[in-house]
Amino acid sequence: MSLQSKHMLGLQHVSDEDIITILNTANAMKDIIKRKIKKVPTLRGRTVVTLFYENSTRTKTSFDLAGKYLSADTVGLSASSSSVQKGESLIDTARTVEAMGADVVVLRHPAAGSSKMLAENINCSVINAGDGVHEHPTQALLDMFTISEHKKDFKGLKVTIVGDILHSRVARSNIWGLTKLGAEVSVVGPATMLPPKMEKMGVKVYTNMEEALAGADVVNVLRIQLERQKQGLFPSLREYSRLYGINQERLALLKDDAIILHPGPMNRGVEIVSRVADSSQAVIEEQVTNGVAVRMALLYLLTGGEKVEDVN
Amino acid sequence: MDVAKEKAQILDENGIRRTLTRIAHEIIEKNKGVENVALVGIRRRGVPLAERLAQRIKEIEGTEVPVGTLDITLYRDDLTTLSQQPQVHQTKVNFPLGDKTIVLVDDVLFTGRTARAALDALIDLGRPKSIQFMVMVDRGHRELPIRADYVGKNLPTSKKEVVSVQLKDIDNEDKVVITELPD
Repeated sequence: MSLQSKHMLGLQHVSDEDIITILNTANAMKDIIKRKIKKVPTLRGRTVVTLFYENSTRTKTSFDLAGKYLSADTVGLSASSSSVQKGESLIDTARTVEAMGADVVVLRHPAAGSSKMLAENINCSVINAGDGVHEHPTQALLDMFTISEHKKDFKGLKVTIVGDILHSRVARSNIWGLTKLGAEVSVVGPATMLPPKMEKMGVKVYTNMEEALAGADVVNVLRIQLERQKQGLFPSLREYSRLYGINQERLALLKDDAIILHPGPMNRGVEIVSRVADSSQAVIEEQVTNGVAVRMALLYLLTGGEKVEDVN
Repeated sequence: MDVAKEKAQILDENGIRRTLTRIAHEIIEKNKGVENVALVGIRRRGVPLAERLAQRIKEIEGTEVPVGTLDITLYRDDLTTLSQQPQVHQTKVNFPLGDKTIVLVDDVLFTGRTARAALDALIDLGRPKSIQFMVMVDRGHRELPIRADYVGKNLPTSKKEVVSVQLKDIDNEDKVVITELPD
């Protein structure tokens, strides 16, 4: 039942069987989170280090708790309060924690490809928790796990991803994963936020929100990264909200049983209005719980036993 | 999968049925009724065995006892030595354990390691009043100080032999057989 690789660097090179294994395992892990005693002894004696070069609340906490619920020892390092400030390189920092006995390094870094480079230079398992604008596989896996709890099958499921696709690692990982399981993925956003040649990833590209939402089963609303607004990718937040925000009129365009996902943190009133964010169709809180379950599944599948031959 | 040769059949369908009926009576007798008794089957073949026992108990006593399912994968003591992570399944125990006598149900008692893991798994779900243990076959070779309260069949075996309890729900047939692994 182990995965084909000892690392989780992105969904682009993960097989559909492995994705299904992770989702099935997450299903069993979710029960543990709901128990009174939220702990199993499975990863006793294993060490997980989270190495974060960018800010994060939910991903970092989620990995931390996932490790703890499985009885692993978890240590969090952030760039702002470590030797990174003294100029230590990423690989040297990772080798240091490996020398202290880490079995898994969870890395978030602003440079695309950083986790792949790390995986090539250290012996422990590496999990990519977001590398630049490249991939964020655990977010996509938790999105897919959440979808799988509400929808019977990924085959033919219409999933629309809304927003800043250009800068979104969440979108990229979701597209790789969802298309592998047979979903029909569309992306929509202002033309300035759509990277060229998206069609090659197997998705439909829209700039008109109404066309993109018609008949969708799932809408994944991306966060507008306010810090990027200075680049002038759209004239104003108000205009963005009017053209691409999810409101109640647009909710009516979806299938009746459609669900709304958002990776958080939400900008209420910008990409999503509060009435939609708090509606019964929004599954945003479930996503947070499922994030812990998916990360438990990954830690279990990547760390158990003798190291499996690396195919990457 | 089955390269091992079947050496002997220990129980047939009727044999299994009679054994379960006897054990159902034993459970009722030992606990003076089944008011606070619940059955928990250990995945995988303990689950249909627990369901059948519950059915038998209902026929005898007219009381439905709760039945749960335990997956012990996350509690195994050999996870660090296996080359492949075993698949994790769901544990389903949808009743409070607090005031109950739990009868753990499994197909074969061998080294005792599964039972050890099951005890840990169960205690993480709550604090039962007491735990009893039922197995279809006790084949010896214990590696831990564990014994069963209810035994379908005591079966002395060699370590080369494999005891396989087959159940209709999973294997299309009810029987207990001994096979021998090739050298």
